[in-house]
Amino acid sequence: MDFNFSAIVDSKDFLWEGLKYSASLTLFATFFGIVFGTLLAMARLSSIKPLNLAASAYVNLFRSVPLLLVIFWFYILVPLISGVQVGADKSAYITFAIFEAAYFCEIIRAGIQSISRGQVSAGQAMGFTYAQNMRYVILPQAFRNVVPLLLTQTIILFQDTSLVYVVGATDLLGAASKVANRDYIPVEMYVTVAVIYFTISFVLSRLVKRLHTAIAVIR
Amino acid sequence: MGQYQWNWGIILEEVYGTGEYYYQWLITGLGWTVATALSAWVIALILGSLIGTVRTMPNKWLAGLATAYVELFRNIPLIVQLFLWFFVLPEVLPEQMGTWMKQDMPMPEFITAVIGLGLFTSARVAEQVRTGIMALPRGQRYAGQALGFTLGQTYRYVLLPMAFRIVIPPLTSEFMNVFKNSAVALAIGVTELTFQMRQITGEYAPGNPIEVMTMVSVIYLIMAFSVNRLMAFIERRTQVPGYISGGSK
Repeated sequence: MDFNFSAIVDSKDFLWEGLKYSASLTLFATFFGIVFGTLLAMARLSSIKPLNLAASAYVNLFRSVPLLLVIFWFYILVPLISGVQVGADKSAYITFAIFEAAYFCEIIRAGIQSISRGQVSAGQAMGFTYAQNMRYVILPQAFRNVVPLLLTQTIILFQDTSLVYVVGATDLLGAASKVANRDYIPVEMYVTVAVIYFTISFVLSRLVKRLHTAIAVIR
Repeated sequence: MGQYQWNWGIILEEVYGTGEYYYQWLITGLGWTVATALSAWVIALILGSLIGTVRTMPNKWLAGLATAYVELFRNIPLIVQLFLWFFVLPEVLPEQMGTWMKQDMPMPEFITAVIGLGLFTSARVAEQVRTGIMALPRGQRYAGQALGFTLGQTYRYVLLPMAFRIVIPPLTSEFMNVFKNSAVALAIGVTELTFQMRQITGEYAPGNPIEVMTMVSVIYLIMAFSVNRLMAFIERRTQVPGYISGGSK
């Protein structure tokens, strides 16, 4: 069969818009996921029972259900609660931030737990409050230990943003499928999209690997 | 939100004009979810073990090929992979085969989903198996060779039995992932659990989405929990005494 490659060139602006949306969704969810995930991790390690239980329940819940299900949840719930039709593109931001927080939480928790007890005690002996201890002693070291894991999770997150296609958002895959259906060129479009996803994820994962060897703390 | 009409009995009601009940739709969906996930898991486990093992072999060519396989399947989103299998493959194959796939292949959505999800997961399983083999002390491989084992025998009797025990915990999460990822099959039309949920909340009972979504979420939670317990049981049963601590309560 003949491949219609000029069609890809014709639709490159539309695909670029889709890719920009995928990227902004990834960055937004990574940022808020890490912020929210850090708070959750601190709650999971807290000695206050109710806080601990609530955070554990949150994390286990989101880690046990498919992302697609959560995408539908928020797609339907956000307009129902707020009364505003926000649309698929915007509700996805909330979905991903909330969902990814559970995954980032587990990574950061592992990071915090990799810090030796002595560090905590040292901070306390210096007269640091809990917040100061976290801010100046624990979290900087914890983050350093898990930076490669956080970045790997971000790459997975980038791939997962393709799922917003199912609620009709115009991410990279959504854009491609709209062109594919309009011009009837599914082969060209889906192959192009696969190549773009592969290239970005592969290059990024190589960079993470390099970073990993560069920043590994020698103990 | 104030005027939301709660109706938890919704799933016992009849779907208007079909003679079927909502709970039947959910059970059908659950059936497809379990069938897709388990079939894909069989493919993933067999292929993943094979490729993960090959990646640790001394033969550079084979190991490189296996690495390429893993990188390819790990760096493309699952939904895009399913689209490639479903929409692209029949078009690029020789015409006869393509037509057969589109017209005569039985259960095209289900089979495509199983193979797509299976291959996707096999790359992840391969990574875990490789990590397990690499985690073994190098001396075990040498010991096998010193005993006069061939490469195959060393793997079969020395390395793999230990490696598989080590990788049970990470395989548990992959097994749970396969159930969660099976939801993506709805994109090519497999009528699994999330598909049924979307159908019910979208067209048939748009007034009670929260109840239906809650029930479906609970079903997924139960599945995840069952897989977790099953794997913990296997981990306990296969434990080598005094070697690897296994089987969280």
